[in-house]
Amino acid sequence: MTEEKHPQWAMAIDLDRCTGCEGCVVACHAENNVPLTSPDEAEKGRMKHWIRIDRYYEGDFPDIKVKYRPVMCQQCDDAPCEPVCPVYATYQNEEGLNVQVYNRCVGTRYCANNCPYTVRYFNYEDPFWPEPLELQHNPDVSIRPGGVMEKCTFCLQRIQRAKLESEENGRELADGGVQPACVQGCQAEAMAFGDISDPESKVSRWAGSGRSTQLLDELGTKPRVFYLEKGA
Amino acid sequence: MTSEAAAEERIRQDLLRPLRGAGAGYLAAAALCLVVAAAGAVAWAIQIDRGMVVTGLARPVYWGFYIVNFVFWIGISHAGTLISAILRLTDAGWRKPVTRAAEAITLFALMIGGMFPLIHLGRVELFYWLLPYPNERLLWPNFRSPLVWDMTAILTYVTGSFFYLYLPLIPDFALLARRTTGLRSKICGLLSLGWSGADYQWRALERANKLMAVIILAVAVSVHSVVAFDFSMSLAPMWHSTIFAPYFVAGAIFSGIAALVIVMAAIRKFLRLEAYLRPLHFDNLGKLLLLMSVVWLYFTASEHLTVWYGNNPLEINVFQAREHGGFGLASAVMVVCNFLIPFILLGVRRLRAIPTIVCSGFSVLVGMWLERFLIVLPTLANPPLQAAAGAYWPSAVEWAITAATFASMALFYLLFVKAVPIIAVWEYEHEADG
Repeated sequence: MTEEKHPQWAMAIDLDRCTGCEGCVVACHAENNVPLTSPDEAEKGRMKHWIRIDRYYEGDFPDIKVKYRPVMCQQCDDAPCEPVCPVYATYQNEEGLNVQVYNRCVGTRYCANNCPYTVRYFNYEDPFWPEPLELQHNPDVSIRPGGVMEKCTFCLQRIQRAKLESEENGRELADGGVQPACVQGCQAEAMAFGDISDPESKVSRWAGSGRSTQLLDELGTKPRVFYLEKGA
Repeated sequence: MTSEAAAEERIRQDLLRPLRGAGAGYLAAAALCLVVAAAGAVAWAIQIDRGMVVTGLARPVYWGFYIVNFVFWIGISHAGTLISAILRLTDAGWRKPVTRAAEAITLFALMIGGMFPLIHLGRVELFYWLLPYPNERLLWPNFRSPLVWDMTAILTYVTGSFFYLYLPLIPDFALLARRTTGLRSKICGLLSLGWSGADYQWRALERANKLMAVIILAVAVSVHSVVAFDFSMSLAPMWHSTIFAPYFVAGAIFSGIAALVIVMAAIRKFLRLEAYLRPLHFDNLGKLLLLMSVVWLYFTASEHLTVWYGNNPLEINVFQAREHGGFGLASAVMVVCNFLIPFILLGVRRLRAIPTIVCSGFSVLVGMWLERFLIVLPTLANPPLQAAAGAYWPSAVEWAITAATFASMALFYLLFVKAVPIIAVWEYEHEADG
């Protein structure tokens, strides 16, 4: 068996460009069949967003500044969610993605408790979509039943499709050839996605910028998402 | 000779008396417990049908009452093993009327606590995936997960404590087989495994009891350490603590003794065994409870002082949540229940009597339940990213299942005292022989 070189997926987000418009959130919901939440359930805090915009306020009213931070699964290289799962429902694949196996998940929710970013979401019940929203389901993404955990996949289905297409055409996968829904939906172009093992890729250049930081990197989780912000 | 035989016969009659018949009070208590336990079963059925949506769990609080109850009941289970094994190994003469009552608590508390890993699962029908059973696809559980350690530890503990309870029951089953008639005599005869009271059998039983006491002691300590590892192996602030294993074991012994004094007082009063469960037994257990209360305070103070002094931003965030608001009130009640009340009632010699010891027991049970609650919840409600913070309020289903655990415990006990003598008859006879 020959040693195959796998792309190492990563993301970079320029917080100085982010306007907090939540376009990424909507794009993600549409792409990944993320279920809707009724107002009652939402009030309890049961909304599911694979990507969410955390808001932080600096200063006191009226001199207040809002800072936005889109947070999704950080696809950690040393992911705390992985070792604690009793049934191997979550693991690291060879492309650096932290993969969730819905069919294997029994719903202990330990992974979510051990995720410092709180980006894992639990299906409290079987998902539902008010008519006619179920007609816009993405056929490439499975519907998750009640009782299992789910989270951002970096749009695994798009990565897979791009790989198959480039294989068919006999071409190398070009930088920017895969765009997760959030990146594609970002009007401010504040997000970059690509192969971090390629030093020429956009995400590598962004991640190498002087403004680059990682969320809670002091915990040693080695996240694959880089946040660019002034004064970092 | 005749007076000795008469004394022996009186002991037998005293200890076997509670097995006959059932009064109106007993039946009413059993019916009440059955109704509450059944309500809990219905609540669970609703949860299985509709999903975890019927609980109060919401991001980021993914563990709630179920895990609190799990840790609490596994803690209670330490009553039997620790008390009875330590006392058996140290040949403490006063242990004889206490051991079986304690060992029964262990088994029942484990049966109850052991249900919670199932009750809290999102897909309970797949619980067996946590077991390392051979299968065609070579899918194994993840042995790195503390939850798999947990499953192993608890199954070991249940098995061990079953045998630890059963072995000393064998001579009593033989006695019951002789003294009863009909089906009951047949069942007891079967359960006595052909016990004839021969010398070699007594020697074997003695050896087996000592051996099981040593084994069960090690298992008991390891079980609650593993339960503590569920939390301390994680990255979460104020869970990731090196002190948790001994802290949990100490808390478990503490709550176990509290449960034991309450059960013993109930047995003494309702089964009229005042001559056997004497003030001496309560006094000794009261002193043990006082000791564990001080040990608990020591651990709690060490844990909190370290976090407060260290002032790590992530940890201090959880620490402050524990000291303010609703959690702050619970913290205050916890310290009053676990330390202040038992310290005064048990520490002042004039106050230490059966009623105050039982009061301390109830107080400690409340305090220790709150302690488990305060370990599980504030950490989850205050994750490292402050924008993700959330709250938790248990639902009716969770309350019903929690109430059902206490009712089940009482129900198991009510049935147990009618099935076997709650005080080992043969241990008293041996005393008379010796």
